[in-house]
Amino acid sequence: MRRLLPFLLLWACLCAMWLLLVGGVSPGSLLLGAALAAGACWGYALLEPGRARLRRPLVAARLFLDVLADVIRSNVAVAGIILRPGRADRRAGFVRIPLALRAPGGLAVLACILTAAPGTAWVEYDSATGVLLLHILDLVEEETWVRTVKDRYERPLLEIFA
Amino acid sequence: MTPLEQLPAWAAVPAALLLLAGAAMTLLGSIGLLRLGGFYERVHAPTLGTSAGIACVLLASMLVFSVLQSRPVLHELLVGLAVIVTTPVTLMLLARAALYRDRQEADATVPARQPDAPAAGPPAAPLAAPLAAPSAGPGKEPPAGDAASAAP
Amino acid sequence: MSATLLAGAILASGVMIALAMACATLRLLRGPRAQDRVLALDALYVNGMLLLLVFGIRSGTTLYFEAALVIALLGFVATAALAKFLMRGEVIE
Repeated sequence: MRRLLPFLLLWACLCAMWLLLVGGVSPGSLLLGAALAAGACWGYALLEPGRARLRRPLVAARLFLDVLADVIRSNVAVAGIILRPGRADRRAGFVRIPLALRAPGGLAVLACILTAAPGTAWVEYDSATGVLLLHILDLVEEETWVRTVKDRYERPLLEIFA
Repeated sequence: MTPLEQLPAWAAVPAALLLLAGAAMTLLGSIGLLRLGGFYERVHAPTLGTSAGIACVLLASMLVFSVLQSRPVLHELLVGLAVIVTTPVTLMLLARAALYRDRQEADATVPARQPDAPAAGPPAAPLAAPLAAPSAGPGKEPPAGDAASAAP
Repeated sequence: MSATLLAGAILASGVMIALAMACATLRLLRGPRAQDRVLALDALYVNGMLLLLVFGIRSGTTLYFEAALVIALLGFVATAALAKFLMRGEVIE
């Protein structure tokens, strides 16, 4: 029991997924979902995953809202770039960002954020040096992008995946 | 005729707007896929469809079915979740594959592979500096011993 | 009134997504490199999934939703395998 306790969140998420897939809450589907989720968690525990520890739900909520706003903003920006292709001052390029974040879960979330926002693409991460190579569609100033990634995304992630 | 006629106006109008917005963003993304030059610029284009396009269409679908069946229909969230989780993986893999292939062909427009800090001689100081441009920076002079990225 | 509006919107968005699929197909045919084609194929998958969702709203059944979910997952597997292939020239190793 104690070994399965860390997977309580995963179990609850899998149950919720099952109920969404079935499309209704009935005693039968609840029972089957609970059993399936328990089996899946057990199988996951057998894979011996590293333990990810999540903290600071408030920071996570604020990060989510920030990311939502950024995704909407960059969608509009990239749509503008596609509509007006011949802009002379637009320059695309690569940026290297040294990351302090080493937790695999945090890096995965950072990858999701940077890829979900149009205009930034995750190209390469060197786990030995912790340097991330990004491609940016509208590279006005590298320093701004480095600051954005580090202050806006990496710092909350460091707190969450402490 | 269709069940859509039972839909009240307060649900039909937002659903119509959301559908149009989502489809327009998807179309823009695909036009970008066609118009932008170079692979690394084109990587950005389909994300319009996978972020705004998917979100708008799924919201419209959730709205329409929830009102039609007069209960919350949320299973579209699963499609959204699948797309959010899988898109970074595919795009990252593709970008890495493209980078690998370009380096194999010694393409000077992509940044060279950084030497492993402990193995190769150069100090770690330039690692922290952001790369100025694709052609500038460490890309110009491939470090010795890095055969994959050595320019001809 | 609102029903015709929604029907028109569904038709228009279907046409737009079909056009998007055409753009992606054009990129798929044009290349110029293999990674461009794989990227276009991925976009084609996503656009096809969106088209299915729009069809689902039009027909009022949730049946299309499951097809869309399957396409989303299959598209992911296909693109991941193709990217792996581009990386090493082989899928199984």
